[in-house]
Parts: sequence; structure tokens; C-alpha cells
Amino acid sequence: MSVTNLKLNPEPTPQSPAQVIALGHTASPGIDSRLSRLAATAATNLLPLLVTLTLLILAWQLTCSSPESSLPAPTRVLEESWELIAHPFYTGQGVDQGLFWHVFASLQRVALGYAMAAAVGVALGTLVGQSALAMRGLDPIFQVLRTVPPLAWLPLSLAAFQDGNPSAIFVIFITAIWPIIINTAVGIRNIPQDYQNVAKVLRLNGFEYFGKIMLPAAAPYIFTGLRIGIGLSWLAIVAAEMLIGGVGIGFFIWDAWNSSLISDIIVALIYVGIVGFLLDRMIALIGRAVTRGTANA
Amino acid sequence: MTKSYLSLELIDKTFERGGKRTEVLKQVSLSVAKGEFISIIGHSGCGKSTLLNIVAGLTPATTGVVLLDDKVVDEPGPDRAVVFQNHSLLPWLTVYENVRLAVDKVFSPTRNKQDRHEWTMRNLDLVQMAHAADKRPSEVSGGMKQRVGIARALAMEPKVLLLDEPFGALDALTRAHLQDQVMQIHATLGNTVLMITHDVDEAVLLSDRIVMMTNGPSARIGEILDVPLARPRRRIELASDRTYLKCREAVLKFLYERHRFVEAAE
Repeated sequence: MSVTNLKLNPEPTPQSPAQVIALGHTASPGIDSRLSRLAATAATNLLPLLVTLTLLILAWQLTCSSPESSLPAPTRVLEESWELIAHPFYTGQGVDQGLFWHVFASLQRVALGYAMAAAVGVALGTLVGQSALAMRGLDPIFQVLRTVPPLAWLPLSLAAFQDGNPSAIFVIFITAIWPIIINTAVGIRNIPQDYQNVAKVLRLNGFEYFGKIMLPAAAPYIFTGLRIGIGLSWLAIVAAEMLIGGVGIGFFIWDAWNSSLISDIIVALIYVGIVGFLLDRMIALIGRAVTRGTANA
Repeated sequence: MTKSYLSLELIDKTFERGGKRTEVLKQVSLSVAKGEFISIIGHSGCGKSTLLNIVAGLTPATTGVVLLDDKVVDEPGPDRAVVFQNHSLLPWLTVYENVRLAVDKVFSPTRNKQDRHEWTMRNLDLVQMAHAADKRPSEVSGGMKQRVGIARALAMEPKVLLLDEPFGALDALTRAHLQDQVMQIHATLGNTVLMITHDVDEAVLLSDRIVMMTNGPSARIGEILDVPLARPRRRIELASDRTYLKCREAVLKFLYERHRFVEAAE
């Protein structure tokens, strides 16, 4: 192959000027068409969203614009909560903080609780997926405990930790861990016999098997569990913070309700939704990067 | 058949499921000389894959022993590298990393990093896959995957190379190409090979001896056929060769006259 290439090399020289001109011609429409294609995809993807958003806001405005309405219309939300919207990084005394700081405080709790849930969940899931004995001993317990609603754990953890913050973190932990355990276990149990045979022929030890075969093979399942877990964590933190108080988006909403600042609640809800969406996307992206190649075996 | 290198002695295999016993293999004995290429042929369900797994150490025999180089085989190991039917490459590793994993595992105590890298590339070269070293298995064709599987097995420098219907899932042209490559590798390295197949032509073309299994349950070795064809063998010349045709006929007669596949036996 390479020999024929070498032979051909000197020949195209007379043709090359013509080729350069041809390239020059195609280059500019190439960029143009790429730009227009980009615009077209943006339009097809974003336009429907913009239309529905506009319609929703319009409907909201119409239904809530009468003075007797119990909920504020969008224009009133903007008017009443402008301070809140315009200054997310405001820092004041105690719980009087900008929305960014409230969300940040909540995210810190979620990060801690979720990280612990991920570590313990993958470990327990591996144990249950690997050993039939552990599965028989632990799985029924998991199945019962996972149905306990997150907030039901809060009084118990308050009693145990005697403090709001660790209790909230524990609630996150106990909420996120079940889908992680269960999905990891399923992933481990579904490792194809072929890979196990390869590991046996190569005489991989337990540690190597865990790192080189088990984790990558189960990764798509593990990430499904992690993704469900992060969603549940974010659901639980808002509820937990309403009860424990302090800085945090959950308590902010509760506080706003107690002060009858309905517009503030609406702004906070938008924050909660967007942050939850971003968290989900983040785990999905990490998952896709890590499991590249695994899914399409 | 001078001195036996790999020997199977009175292998019995019985599977037990829910109190029901199924005898798969009965009194299978075989002795293989060093450097010999042996094919095991038989209808599906005759336990030939089970036999290979017993030699690999992946399935324990119920009774009987496998001896390799005068040592008893009782667990899987890289001295009996297997090329699996469906390539079994790890999809999250590149072609290079798949082979390197085996090389590292087998040679990390004895060879340094540079040597192991070169050895990995040497084996990829041997199956002409060095150009795709950085691709993932999902990015190469079925035949290429199988070649990487062969490279991975060869890289372990096994005493016996076990091929489990290695070309079964490939199209006829790719299969022929790979058979030629395996013949060439066998000629160069002189490996001892045990290959499972259900393809008569493949068995005759590649093997020194063909082991024909009777139908299961309780499959035995029915007959062993010597293939006295000189090497190197070329498939085009062999197509009209009398010895080749005679061997082919002998295997066909065994499989389709005396031990016809009976559906009820399943």
C-alpha cells in the first residue's frame, strides 16, 4: 500500500493548483452552510420551547392578573421580587442571603450526603450483586427500607445527631442510597459470563477483577442508579431544609411562605427546578463519558 | 505421536440440575503431542464446548484428569489461553489495551514495561491489527475482533491454544482469510492447538488430526482421523487433492451417516 502511494506522489503536482482553487471555492460555502445548519438546529430545538414558555407565561398572566387572585401574576412577581432576582449574590445577616447562597448551602449538603451514598451504595451493591448469600441476607431489608419516605427519617436522625445540618445530610444519604445499591447489584449480576471467563483465564485477582472488569461492565447500571439518586437527593433536601431551618433553599421557601412573600417562593421554585435539572444533566454527562464504549458492546 | 504433551484421561462430565442428572461426556481420552493441531468436530450439543472448557479449567470434570506438560489442570490459567467464540474483548478497552491486559498479567514479573509494550505490538502485528491498536472493539469488524482475540491468546505464550469455534460467527470470506492466518501462525510459532469446530472443511484444512465426537448425551470420541497432508497447505490446491477429499469424505460420513444428528437426543 505505502509503496503505491509513494509512486503516485510525484504525479499530482501539475494538478495541484487546480485543486487549491477548487478548495478555496468550497471553503466559504462550507462555513456558511455550517452556520446556517447550526442556526437551523437551534431553531428546531429551541423554538418549540420558546413558544410553549411564552404561552404558559401568557396563560399564567391572564389567570392571575385580577386583583383578587391568590397567586401573583408574572408581572407582579417581577415587580415584588426584583431585589431577589437582581441580586443573587447578596450577603446579609443570618438567613438574609441572596438566592445563590441558599442554593449553594443546599448543594453542599447534597454533595456530602450524595457522595457518601454513592460510595457506600456502590460498595453494598457490589457485595449484594456478587454474593448470593449477601443478597439473601440484605436484599429484603433494602427492599423494605427503600420504601420509607425520606422525611420520615428526619425525626430519627435529629434524635440521633442532635443537630439540623448532619440530619439533613443523613436524609440525603438515606434517600439516594437505595437506587444506587439496587442498580449496582443488578449491573454486577449481569456481567456477561464471557468477561468472567476472560478474567479467570488471565487469573485476575479480586482487586484487578473489581477494577478492570466489574466496575466498567456494571458502569451503565451504576450510573442509572446514580442519576436516580441525585434526583431524589434534590427532592429530599428541599423538604428536609424546610424543617431544619438555617441557610438553604428549602428553608428560604418556608420562610417566604411564613412572611407571605408568594412571589419569592415562585422565584425560588424556578431556581430549584433549574438546579435539579443541571444536577441530573451533570451525572448523565459524567456517565456518558465514563461508560463510553461499554453500552454498545 | 511421540510423547503426549496434553492428555485427557477418562474424562466424564455429568451435569446435575434439580435432581436430574445429564451425562454429557463419557470416557473421553485423548493425547496430543507438542505442536500438534487438533480439531474436535461434532454436532451441536455433543459436549465439545464442555470438553474445551474442561481443558481450559473453566468447568471441572466430574471424573478423570487433564494433564498438561505432566501437571494436572484444575483451574483456568494463561498457559491454556482461550479464543472464545464471540471474541470476548472488553468493550471499554482499546484493541491495544485488551492485549496489553493479558501481557501485563502474564509477564509483569519477568519483563519490563518497554518489553511488554513491544510484545503487545508484536502480537497485534502477527494478526495484522497493529494499525487499529487505538480503536475500541465496537469500532472494528467482527473478523478484526476475532483477530484481536487470537492476538490476546497468543500474547500469553500459552502451552496450548484453545479455540472455541473461533470463526463460527464470521462470513465465509473473512473465515477463509483468518484460517490462512491461523495456519501461518501455527507454522511460525509451532503452537499446540485444540480447536472446536462444526465446519468439516475447516477441520480438514487446519488439523493434523480430527477428533470426531458421537452425539450426546454421553458423547464419546467416535473416531480419530489422521490428516496426512503436507504443510504449508493451500486451500486452492487442496480443493482437488485426493487425500483432502478422502479425509473430507471420512468426516462427512461419520457425521451424516453413522452419527446423524437426532433432534430427539437433545
